[in-house]
Amino acid sequence: MTKTHVSLTVNGEKKDVLVDPRELLIHTLREQMDITGPHIGCETSHCGACTVDLDGKSVKSCTMFTVQAEGADVTTIEGLGSPDGLHVLQEAFKENHGLQCGYCTPGMITRAHRLLQENPNPTEEEVRFGMAGNLCRCTGYQNIVKSVLAAASEMNSAKEAAE
Amino acid sequence: MKDEVTSRDERVANLKGMGASRKRVEDARFTQGKGNYVDDVKLPGMLFGDFVRSPYAHARVNGINIEEAMKVPGVLAVLTAKDLEPLGLHWMPTLAGDKQMVLADGKVLFQGQEVAFVVATDRYACADGVEAVEVDYEDLPVIVDPFEAMQSDLVLREDLEAGADGAHGPRKHHNHIFLWEEGDEAATNQALESSEVVAEEMVYYHRTHPCPLETCGCVASMDKVNGKLTLWGTFQAPHVVRTVASLLSGIDEHNIRVISPDIGGGFGNKVGVYPGYVCSIVASIVTGKPVKWIEDRMDNLMATAFARDYWMKGKISATKDGKITGLHCHVTADHGAFDACADPTKFPAGFFHICTGSYDIPVAYVGVDGVYTNKAPGGVAYRCSFRVTEAAYFIERMIEVLAIELNMDAAELRRINFIKQEQFPYTSALGWEYDSGDYHTAWDKALEAVDYAGLRAEQAQRVEDFKAGKTRKLLGIGLTHFTEIVGAGPVKNCDILGMGMFDSCEIRIHPTGSAIARLGTISQGQGHATTFAQILASETGIPADKITIEEGDTDTAPYGLGTYGSRSTPVAGAATALAGRKIRAKAQMIAAYLLEVHDDDVEWDVDRFVVKGAPERFKTMAEIAFASYNQAIPGVEPGLEAVSYYDPPNMTYPFGAYVCVMEIDVDTGEHEVRQFYALDDCGTRINPMVIEGQVHGGLTEALAIAMGQEIAYDDMGNCKTGTLMDFFMPTAWETPHYTTDHTETPSPHHPIGAKGVGESPNVGGVPAFSNAVHDAFRAFGLRQSHMPHDHWRIWKTANQLGLHG
Ligand code: FES
Ligand code: FES
Repeated sequence: MTKTHVSLTVNGEKKDVLVDPRELLIHTLREQMDITGPHIGCETSHCGACTVDLDGKSVKSCTMFTVQAEGADVTTIEGLGSPDGLHVLQEAFKENHGLQCGYCTPGMITRAHRLLQENPNPTEEEVRFGMAGNLCRCTGYQNIVKSVLAAASEMNSAKEAAE
Repeated sequence: MKDEVTSRDERVANLKGMGASRKRVEDARFTQGKGNYVDDVKLPGMLFGDFVRSPYAHARVNGINIEEAMKVPGVLAVLTAKDLEPLGLHWMPTLAGDKQMVLADGKVLFQGQEVAFVVATDRYACADGVEAVEVDYEDLPVIVDPFEAMQSDLVLREDLEAGADGAHGPRKHHNHIFLWEEGDEAATNQALESSEVVAEEMVYYHRTHPCPLETCGCVASMDKVNGKLTLWGTFQAPHVVRTVASLLSGIDEHNIRVISPDIGGGFGNKVGVYPGYVCSIVASIVTGKPVKWIEDRMDNLMATAFARDYWMKGKISATKDGKITGLHCHVTADHGAFDACADPTKFPAGFFHICTGSYDIPVAYVGVDGVYTNKAPGGVAYRCSFRVTEAAYFIERMIEVLAIELNMDAAELRRINFIKQEQFPYTSALGWEYDSGDYHTAWDKALEAVDYAGLRAEQAQRVEDFKAGKTRKLLGIGLTHFTEIVGAGPVKNCDILGMGMFDSCEIRIHPTGSAIARLGTISQGQGHATTFAQILASETGIPADKITIEEGDTDTAPYGLGTYGSRSTPVAGAATALAGRKIRAKAQMIAAYLLEVHDDDVEWDVDRFVVKGAPERFKTMAEIAFASYNQAIPGVEPGLEAVSYYDPPNMTYPFGAYVCVMEIDVDTGEHEVRQFYALDDCGTRINPMVIEGQVHGGLTEALAIAMGQEIAYDDMGNCKTGTLMDFFMPTAWETPHYTTDHTETPSPHHPIGAKGVGESPNVGGVPAFSNAVHDAFRAFGLRQSHMPHDHWRIWKTANQLGLHG
C-alpha cells in the first residue's frame, strides 16, 4: 500500500508521518508517536477511551483516519498540564477519586476539558450528558461528575480572581 | 529530636494509616496518561498476533488453507492445531479440570472459537492475514439451551469418552459435566412437605460478561540466548500464570517471568488462561521475536469469560407467620462448550451454597448440574466471589416470592428470619461458618434512612392513582440484605490448579526509614498501592507516603494467588499486617537494646517504641531502621525485613442492606432510579474514600446487569451482543446518584478485622434493582420475570399483566 504523508500538530509539536490511508489516528498516535495516553477500548466509537481534542472538538481517534487529520491541531492528555504541575482537571480527578483503573481517565479528562470550554459552568445534569460518550467501568461516574464540577468551579474562581 | 514537638494526634495523622481517606498514589500517572498497560508495551522487532475465529457455533473443520494468507505482505506465520499438536499444546487444561481447544482441533463448538493464529509485522497486516485464511467448515446442529442439551442425542464433546467420569464425578449424559450437591435433601424435602406455606419459583440469572474497559492481551518474548520467557499480560493472577505456563510449555519456572503491568479493570475477566496467551508464547518461540496479542472488543465479548447463566429452581417453605423452615435449590448451569469456570478446584459451583443468605434457615439442599452447550466457555466470577452473585440473587428473589405467598411485607419477612447477632459465629445449613454480623442493626438503619414506611405509603397511593387513571408511572421499592463470602481461602479446602489460596507480603525497611513492600496480588483499579501502604503505616509507624507497594512481577513479588473474589484485603491484607508485625517485633528488640532496657520494658506508640513509664525515652521506627543497618546488635541479624505467607483460617462474610427506589413508566418500560441507598459492612475500613468508590462502581455494574446487560444468542448460536452497541454499558447519563452508608462489624479472625468490599455492591446491587422492578408490579400480580429488565421486557411485563388497557 502506498503511504501518504500527513502533517499535523500534536500537543503543540509539528509532526510529519507516513501512513497507510487506512490507518486510524489512534494507531498513529500510539504506535508511531508513542503517545499512549489515549487508549483503545472498543474501536467502534462507543467507549471514548481514545478521545482526543482535534481543532477544538472532542474526537474519538479510533474512528478517524490519520489522513483526515492533515493540518489538524491535536491535543491529547499528554498535552494538558505541564511537567511542573497538573492541569486543574487532573488535580480534581485525583482529589475527588474520579478514577480507579485509570484506563478511561485520559479520554475522560480530555473530554471534560473540551466540555468546560463549551460550557464553563455546567450543572450536574449537563456534565452527565456531556460526558455520556465516555464509558467508565470502575467508578460508577459519581466521582467523575464530582471531579468535573470541582474543576469547573476552580477554573471559574481562578478566572474571576484574574479579572 | 525534631518531631518531639509533634503531638500524638499529629503523628497519627502523619501516618495516613488505616481509616484515613488517603488520596491515591496511582493517580498522578493515570491522570497524565502515563499508565503502563499491556498495549503500551513496545519491544524492538515486536510482532502482532490475531485469531481467525469461527463464524459457526458448531461445525466440523475439514481443512484450513493458509496459502493465500502467507502471501500477504507482512504475514510471517499462521499457526493451526496441527502446528501445536507436536508440542501437546493444541488443547490446554482449564481451571475447572476440563480441557479446552487452543486452536480448533477438527471441530468448533462455539461462535468466535479460535481456529488459527496469524502472526505479522503489524496489526493491519495481521488483520489482512486473518481475512485470507480459508477454512472449510461443515456446519452441525446447534444447542444453545442447557435443558435441551440434557435431552439431546447430539454429542457436543466428542473428545470425551462416553460414560467416563468428569473432574467432579459421574456424568449423567454425554452433554452433562457434573452434579454437585450440598446439604440434606431428604430432610429438606421433609421440611418442605410438612410446612404450612411453600413458594416455588424458577429464578434465571442470565449470561453476561465482565467487559472491563481494557480487553485481555499479552506480549510474549522468548529470549533464546538466555532461555528466558517474559510474559506481560492482563493477568489477575500472575504467579498462577507463571506456574501454568511452565507446566504447559516445559520451560522451567525460574526461566519464566510474568509481569502484570497496569490493568484496565478486571472484574474476573482476566483470571482465566486463554488461547491467546498460549499462541503468543508459541509464536514467540517459533519466530524468535516478541509477539503481542490484544483482543478487540468483539473477541472479548464473544470468546473470553462470560459470567452467570444459572437456571435456579427454588422452593422455600415457612410457617404461616413467616418463619422460614427450609430451602431447596436445583441449578441447571450452562457452562458453554468447555468447562472453564474459574472456581477453587473443589467447588465446581463455586460458593453457591452461601445461598441461604442472611437468614437462619434450619435445613437446606442445593444441587447443581453443569451442562455443555454451543456457547463460549467461561463462567467467571464477574465482580463476584465464585457464584456468590447468583446465590444472593436467588435467595433475595425467593424471599420476595415467599413474601407474596405469605402476603407479608418483604422487609418484615427478612427481619424475622435474620441470623441474630448472638448466633455468630453461625454455621449455616449448607456448612459455612459465618464469622460475624449484625444484620438487624444494619437493616433498621437502612429502613430508617430511606423512610421505609413513608415509601410504602407513597407506593400505596401511587397504585390507587394508577388505578384511577391519574398516573402511568409505578413505584418500586427494591430491598436486599445480602451476605457475601469472600477471601478465598483456607488452603485446606481452597486451591486453584493445586495451588493453595494463601497470599503473601514481603517488606523491606530502608535504612532511612522508608520502605518497599511486595505482594502476591495485583491491583486492577482497587488502589492497592494506596491502601496496603496504609495497613503497613498503621502496623509499622512508617508514614504511608514513604512506603512503595509493588505487585505483579513474579521475579520480585512473593508468590500469591492474585486479585479476584474480593480476596486481596482478606488474604493479602492479612499477610501485610502480619509482615508488619514481624517488623515491629524485631524493631522492639532493637529499640530495647538502643534504650538499654529489657524488651518487655518498651511499648509501641504510633510510630515508636517508648520506655514504659518514661515517655520521654523512645526510639522512632526511623531511628530503629537506621540502627538495624549500622549497629552490631547482639543476637539480632542486621537489616529490617519480613515476609509473611497467610493462610486464612476462614472466609470473611461482608454484608449489606440496600434499598432502591425506582419509577417505572408502564407504557414505555423506561425506568428511573430515584434513590439508591447502600449500607455496607465490610468490617474494619482501611480507606473510606476507596471503599465508597468501589461501592459506586459495583452498583453501576449491578445496574448494568439487572437492567440490560446480556450476552444473548440466537438459535443458531450466533452471539447477538458482540459490540458495545448491543451490550449495555451504562453511561454517566443513565447512572443514578448513590448514597452510601456503613456499619462496622470487624471479622474476628482477620488480623485487622477487614472483610473486603469490592464485590459487595454487585452482589447486593443486582437483587436490589431487580426487586425494585418486581415490587413495582407486585400489586398487579407479578411474581417473577427474568432479567435483564430492559425497557422492552418491562413493557412486556406490563402488557402481560394487562396494564395497557
Ligand atoms: S476506542 Fe475509540 S471509542 Fe472506544
Ligand atoms: S477508571 Fe477504570 S474504566 Fe474508568
